[in-house]
Amino acid sequence: MATTLYEKLWQRHLIEEKAGETPLIYVDRHLIHEVTSPQAFANLKFHNRPVRRPERTIATMDHNISTRSVAIDAAGDGAANQLRTLEKNCNDFGIKLFGMGHKNQGIVHVMGPELGLTLPGQVIVCGDSHTATHGAFGALAFGIGTSEVEHVFATQTLRQTKAKTMKIEVTGQVAPGISAKDIILAIIGKTGSAGATGYVVEYCGQAISALTMEQRMTICNMSIEFGAKAGLIAPDQTTFDYIEGREYAPSGDNWQAAVADWQSLKTDDGAEFDAVLTLKGEDIKAQVTWGTTPGQVIEVDGIVPSPQDFSDPVEQESCSKALAYMGLTAGTKITDIPVNKVFIGSCTNSRIEDLRAAAAIVKGHKVSSSVDAIVVPGSYRVREQAEREGLAQIFIDAGFEWRLPGCSMCLGMNDDRLAEGDRCASTSNRNFEGRQGRGSRTHLVSPEMAAAAAIAGHFVDLSTTALSTSALDA
Amino acid sequence: MEKFTTHQGLVVPLDVANVDTDQIIPKQFLQKTERVGFGQHLFHDWRYLDEHGLENNPEFILNADRYQGASILLARENFGCGSSREHAPWALQEYGFKVIVAPSFADIFYANCINIGIVPVKLSEAEIEQLFQLTNNAEQQMTVNLSEQTVTVAEHSFTFSLDEFHKYCLEQGIDSVGWTLNKLELIEAFERKLPAWQ
Repeated sequence: MATTLYEKLWQRHLIEEKAGETPLIYVDRHLIHEVTSPQAFANLKFHNRPVRRPERTIATMDHNISTRSVAIDAAGDGAANQLRTLEKNCNDFGIKLFGMGHKNQGIVHVMGPELGLTLPGQVIVCGDSHTATHGAFGALAFGIGTSEVEHVFATQTLRQTKAKTMKIEVTGQVAPGISAKDIILAIIGKTGSAGATGYVVEYCGQAISALTMEQRMTICNMSIEFGAKAGLIAPDQTTFDYIEGREYAPSGDNWQAAVADWQSLKTDDGAEFDAVLTLKGEDIKAQVTWGTTPGQVIEVDGIVPSPQDFSDPVEQESCSKALAYMGLTAGTKITDIPVNKVFIGSCTNSRIEDLRAAAAIVKGHKVSSSVDAIVVPGSYRVREQAEREGLAQIFIDAGFEWRLPGCSMCLGMNDDRLAEGDRCASTSNRNFEGRQGRGSRTHLVSPEMAAAAAIAGHFVDLSTTALSTSALDA
Repeated sequence: MEKFTTHQGLVVPLDVANVDTDQIIPKQFLQKTERVGFGQHLFHDWRYLDEHGLENNPEFILNADRYQGASILLARENFGCGSSREHAPWALQEYGFKVIVAPSFADIFYANCINIGIVPVKLSEAEIEQLFQLTNNAEQQMTVNLSEQTVTVAEHSFTFSLDEFHKYCLEQGIDSVGWTLNKLELIEAFERKLPAWQ
């Protein structure tokens, strides 16, 4: 029978499925960080249970670390306590940790792929909802809660209900200047913020196949933002080329065997999905969110919508509430919205290609006098590469702050926070109320758009407007 | 985990869609290494007028006199969307909520509730609308019967669906890790078949 990629991954990992019990599946790779693991370790200790397969878990520090200093206590006592607890727990249970300033340290979803820890065909979990990122490699990857982190520690398995399947095809080619972030925001705009709840999504089509691995990660990363359990892209030569030679990737005969196996990881012709959505690549324009969920998004050449534009009363109410919180008036042109903060970073958009794309826009310009802008690379490896390539200098010369790696202002668990009323063009993944700081306003955009907004002081339709000196004065 | 059989309690209607986990428990309260101490920060930015949580926001429904002591939360679609933080259901539980009733939940949040013993009740949009009509501006008791899978307010009764094993876990309050550790032989047999590169 023709089956989908998800069904193949599911069958490969199914340990037991019996009446009256939720199926038990195997976990190949477990990634952990300081915020969602301490209570899981504490319960293990309480029950006197070991971590069953410590070599399958890798830890890093990312969520609440300072981006100004490698000192463990640089982001306050609460953060320092969690970071030290992680160090102690990793030591007690024999888990490898990439701690403060380690060359492999980085945002957990940047670190895994760049070290070759993320492989096709795996089940990968982490106590973080953006674990869907790793689905870009054809791995079944999803976020879990702390009780489940404990379950994985103790058993190397999870109980999971089988998800429904959704195919999202992006046909044709996107226009030059349209990024992976625009593609995924356009998808979320179509489905709404819960359009894929209960589903595992497989992205496919010419416009998806044409993407690099880093771009595919941006797509899969935001699967959770429209409710999907996980996002998948079938592995291909682009995937194998990316993985080959990375520190933890298989090598020699194992590499040959692995690639031979991975080539079978694709949806069979004729396999049926429970739902299908198709977008034309040519129709996708640069996107900017206007509201307080990622689904409240519109093209950069559009206007802020009005509650009357929605037929559903719940959506009307959500629109009114979002406009009030965001301090926006219906009918305002998106390109007329001023920003005073810019954040380039997060597990969505902090990899080397993101920084190259932003730097290409920034080069030769200055950050607007009304804007504070920061760039936070996703890992130490990304940071060093950006410095070698001269990207860091481009940002610094333009007036951006060039920071140390971490989750930073995506969620503001450290001291990188917006103040009340701040309006930020952000390359992160969530525009929820208060996400970047109480009373702050977040617009989700691509690295290119964030860079342009930093220079112009407002959003810019780069398909029709050149960032000239006049834009500087605007 | 505490066993759940039936529960009767006051319903508070939170008429907001897409309530995300950043609203339920903002990030500045996630820097704990224990499972307790989150309830006082539940819905912090909506519940308090100031950053330190000293002054109640009188407009927020949880602060209304008539809903004090509520143990059942009624909400709109996509409740618990966003991050995987189990701190969100921990905060709800510590505040006193035992049941959350909504037309839909985010997947990770739903699983987190089951794992800590909160009963997530999914009803149709129309049934939820009816419950909002019944509970807006009124103190209403709801009875939740897990074995019958029903919720009842006044003379109105609704049935909800629940995975059989989830129901068993909630009813028995089982230690799911211990349950799975009884299957170690199966897990070890599975691991012996893994390819060398895995």
